[in-house]
Amino acid sequence: MDFEYDDEQRALREAVRDLLNDAYGDWEKRRDASRTDEGYSTKTWQQLAEMGVLGLPFTEEDGGVGAGTVEIGLVAEEMGRVLAPEPFIPAVVLAGGAVAAAGSDEQRQAHLPSLADGSALLAWAHLEPGGRADAHAVDVKASGSGDSVTLSGTKEPVLFAGGAAAYVVTAALEDGGTGLFLVDASADGVSASAYATHEGGRASKVVFDGVAAQPLGQGGDATEVVARLLDIARVVAAHEAMGAMAMALESTTDYLKSRKQFGVTLNNFQALVFRAADMYVQLELTRSLVLWATMVLDAARESGDSSDVADAAARASLQVATAGRHIGQEAIQLHGGIAMTAEYRVGHVLSRLTALEHVFGDKRVHVAALSKGLEEYGEYDPLP
Amino acid sequence: MRLELSEDEVAFRQEMREFFTTKVPESIRDTVKGRHELTKEQIVESQQILNDAGLAVPSWPEEWGGRDWSNLQKHIWYQEMDRAGVPHPLAFNASMVGPVIAAFGSQEIKERFLPKTASLDIWWSQGFSEPDAGSDLASLRTTAVRDGDDFIVNGQKTWTTLGQYGDWIFCLVRTDPEAKKQAGISFLLIDMKSEGLEVRPIELIDGGHEVNEVWFSDVRVPAENLVGELNKGWDYAKFLLGNERAGVAPVGQVKRTLASAKEWAKTADRGGSLLEDPLTAAQVVELENELLALELTALRVVANSADGKPHPASSVLKLKGTELQQAVSELVVDLAGPASLASGSNENGTESALADWTAQASQVYLNHRKASIYGGSNEIQRQIIAKTILGL
Repeated sequence: MDFEYDDEQRALREAVRDLLNDAYGDWEKRRDASRTDEGYSTKTWQQLAEMGVLGLPFTEEDGGVGAGTVEIGLVAEEMGRVLAPEPFIPAVVLAGGAVAAAGSDEQRQAHLPSLADGSALLAWAHLEPGGRADAHAVDVKASGSGDSVTLSGTKEPVLFAGGAAAYVVTAALEDGGTGLFLVDASADGVSASAYATHEGGRASKVVFDGVAAQPLGQGGDATEVVARLLDIARVVAAHEAMGAMAMALESTTDYLKSRKQFGVTLNNFQALVFRAADMYVQLELTRSLVLWATMVLDAARESGDSSDVADAAARASLQVATAGRHIGQEAIQLHGGIAMTAEYRVGHVLSRLTALEHVFGDKRVHVAALSKGLEEYGEYDPLP
Repeated sequence: MRLELSEDEVAFRQEMREFFTTKVPESIRDTVKGRHELTKEQIVESQQILNDAGLAVPSWPEEWGGRDWSNLQKHIWYQEMDRAGVPHPLAFNASMVGPVIAAFGSQEIKERFLPKTASLDIWWSQGFSEPDAGSDLASLRTTAVRDGDDFIVNGQKTWTTLGQYGDWIFCLVRTDPEAKKQAGISFLLIDMKSEGLEVRPIELIDGGHEVNEVWFSDVRVPAENLVGELNKGWDYAKFLLGNERAGVAPVGQVKRTLASAKEWAKTADRGGSLLEDPLTAAQVVELENELLALELTALRVVANSADGKPHPASSVLKLKGTELQQAVSELVVDLAGPASLASGSNENGTESALADWTAQASQVYLNHRKASIYGGSNEIQRQIIAKTILGL
């Protein structure tokens, strides 16, 4: 048993941290990136591509490096530490992950190397109005079969759809289930309108009106694939949230040591330092649970038995949801008014954490899911 | 990163599981699982079974019965004891006075005390806290004044847990009233049958008699009962408290209680299983998840403390462990509902119509309020985190 990164993983972390610190160590640069049309820095995206980060989950044949969830997670954590706005999870983990998991050789070759080298972006079009956190598509429907499938319906919010060359779309199949499809962003019948999200990202409403679509791989019901991708995304998002929480705590302790009120620094007030201690407790508990879930996912990848994955992802997400609200809210309160301003970084942590929690299912969703299995075991044993 | 235990560790876990579930009498384990109070005889019997198998004092030096186990092995040993409902070896003996004597005592004191401490032929009490020296332990005032070959001890100790069973008490006493607070304290072993020593029970809010006051009026203690050097007691106490904190997160015990609570919930309401009530289920899910995070934190700490330095996350264990212990005891009262009032139904030979666990619910809940107070209150733990980890 070992909860520590190895030397190679530490080296990756240092490299990504350096790159992202250059890019966004200064909060103004993050604000600048959020003001562009893309909503992120295309230069930073390109640098991440050159470092191999955008191809982490894909095999070497697909233009990637075949890394595990541990590596993907630690990249996400570093992104979280500076609130990097790049669409790593929607483009690489979800859209790219879907092509990697379900696509034909030809589809993987057409989309993954260009995603990994930063030359083309994929968007993950799954969420629908009224949809929550499940793996089903309802509003967007697929008709026809084989080479003549068309999609109709609305996806929203679709994160970072603006610059995407293609969409990976989930759609309800005529004979039940949810299929995965590729749609060219410039295809006839696609209309997309983009807007900014509260945490500085971009999202679009994308309407499909009889749009020609390619089923991924053999086509057919891909609900299980979608569910598994969402579980992976939950754990990667948990890492990103953890990075943001760690930054919020560091910022808060620095602030308590430097900000003076009533002639002394704030760390002279026990009521305040005790609250910082509780933030630390939550962060450490979160780290333990998230690292564990990451190892469960990688063990499943190796063994091919993914029966524990959904449960582990739900448990990590639940802890992140609880800790994220606690740490995000306390960070603002302990900083005082300055944290409410757009030009100060720490308040935006709560904004990002709120987005990360809701995009893949909030606390209620995970509690409800875990409630269902309660009677099936006595003590919960986390060790295989 | 790797989640699995090694083959050896799996085998070790199996060995512990087998031993605890087959060699310790079921009556003792059922007493623990039912959350009833153990008798002195049960605690002694259980520890002697463990000690005979070399499983009572694994953290001690090997020549005195220690096992040179890794921290992970010790963690597994604790977990499996808890899972089986085996009482831990008496902490005063196994993790407090024993290691201090082994580390700082003279050869003569070691030979005289360590074997009987491991076998619980001597039941030790802890004489640290005083009425004005709780978390601020160094404020203690009990004095020991040298008189020929003896010390004369005067003063009062309090919160002496299970002191009514004690054969001997290890005490922090002030031997140099002129020195600065921590510098004038010594570590003294006192026979509780000594003349002038009196144990008075303190009744607690749960109705139980678990703690005591111990009064010393001109108690004569042979000077040879001093452990280590005169006026160095504070160092030994710090060493002891460091040991105490390491095993203080009651993960296994709380896990077992929560698992029992789920069973109890199924029959707690004549309308059906309370686990089907979404609010109750949500409460259980959240507690279980926090407990999982705590267990994994404990594993993270023990898997990575080979270099001897405490892992920073270890300070989370006592704080969160006791909070969850309290929260689970609170849940059980809620599950018991009106039946939780019938706490006296086990007494006077009443054949209660209520389930046995409901009778314990309120007493355990009330009793567990102590958990965030003893062993360095949770406020002290927060102070330690803020100061030593966050640098505040």
